[in-house]
Amino acid sequence: MRITQGTFSFLPDLTDAEIRAQIDYALDKGWAIGVEYTDDPHPRNFYWEMWGNPMFDLRDAAGAMTEVLACRKAHPQHYIRVNAFDSTRGFETTRLSFIVNRPTNEPGFQLKRNEVGGRSIQYTTESYATKKPEGSRY
Amino acid sequence: MTNATANGPTEVDGAAAGNPAADAGLAASAPADSVDLSALLADSHVNEVLDELDAELIGLKPVKARIREVAALLLVERARKQLGLVGGSPSLHMSFTGNPGTGKTTVALRMAQILHRLGYVRKGHLVAVTRDDLVGQYIGHTAPKTKEILKKAMGGVLFIDEAYYLYRPENERDYGQEAIEILLQVMENQRDDLVVIVAGYKDRMDTFFRSNPGLSSRIAHHLDFPDYQPEELEEIAQRMVHGMQYRLSDSAKAALHEYIPLRMRQPHFANARSIRNALDRARLRQANRLFAQKGRSLTRDELMTLEGEDLRASRVFA
Repeated sequence: MRITQGTFSFLPDLTDAEIRAQIDYALDKGWAIGVEYTDDPHPRNFYWEMWGNPMFDLRDAAGAMTEVLACRKAHPQHYIRVNAFDSTRGFETTRLSFIVNRPTNEPGFQLKRNEVGGRSIQYTTESYATKKPEGSRY
Repeated sequence: MTNATANGPTEVDGAAAGNPAADAGLAASAPADSVDLSALLADSHVNEVLDELDAELIGLKPVKARIREVAALLLVERARKQLGLVGGSPSLHMSFTGNPGTGKTTVALRMAQILHRLGYVRKGHLVAVTRDDLVGQYIGHTAPKTKEILKKAMGGVLFIDEAYYLYRPENERDYGQEAIEILLQVMENQRDDLVVIVAGYKDRMDTFFRSNPGLSSRIAHHLDFPDYQPEELEEIAQRMVHGMQYRLSDSAKAALHEYIPLRMRQPHFANARSIRNALDRARLRQANRLFAQKGRSLTRDELMTLEGEDLRASRVFA
């Protein structure tokens, strides 16, 4: 099952040229670029690992692209995303975030039913991938 | 984190707005069999920058000639690309050598503009750094620092002032060597992404290049900035005065004419920079002189005019 998280995730995977164009757009807006990766695909997993520091004061996408490519080389089977952070007062948050790399095989999620208090049921989702320990999931 | 700290790299915006030089000419799809060089030239607006360069920078004939050559080369390269001829982009890393105050930084800034207009660099900004910005204090600190600067400079020009400080032969464990190696790698592999200009005083740069042959061979253009002649310095002084919205009285002009040859014979003469300092001190004395006559209102003319006595008070005349 294909994970859809962040901007453009319902589109086909972005090519490198498209990623570069998006980064250029973000830089033109004055946003800082950060690269993050994880192998836990749960939508509520907010704790992605940072690939180096966020890059402030860039002018051209080439610098950020080298980091994306380096991260992809080190973690070819992880989810990698590019975040664009807007430091303008009032926003001070991520304005754009999109996935730039994903595992070749995404096993998807299991729906778990937990019976509590008689006949009530609690539902939870669990990724099949996270059944294995971190680092060996994909 | 956008606030640049005092010792951080200074970024100068050299990109003129609304000049996407890269996509103007190269968008032509089908390779034709002829190309109009003058149309390309007009299209790139590079002539305006070159004329500005001629008009605003005094002297520096060999430098200007070389910049014109580079501009011609890039223009021809664009024309060739339009006809589908691929020669690989030329290497444009440069070294600027010359005595203090000969205009190396100013020309580097112009260079960034010219390369941007010709579509060689994508953004046309100049990132000016020195050893402190590239080399770290501890083991493992240098590589990330250098890489960060390189990332910031991508799409523009990286200007390394006093580059010879990167190499300290007296300490073989100096981290500068590491910075040079990373620099070389990027200069070679990401030629399309940035242009590196190293600058410094002539003799020390020569030793630097001798001990780093890898760097020297990757720099195609060695530009030597000649010292200014006294009359050129006088013209520069006139422009500076004009730029600061001052005016030289006739006596001040005469004083300046005498001052320049005298100052040139003194130690630590730094060409245009010495002239700027001399003018700054003259402004100081003018302010002092005007202040001494307080109690009456000053005219615009008085506030603008530097008199001969302001210049003649200099210790150079002593």
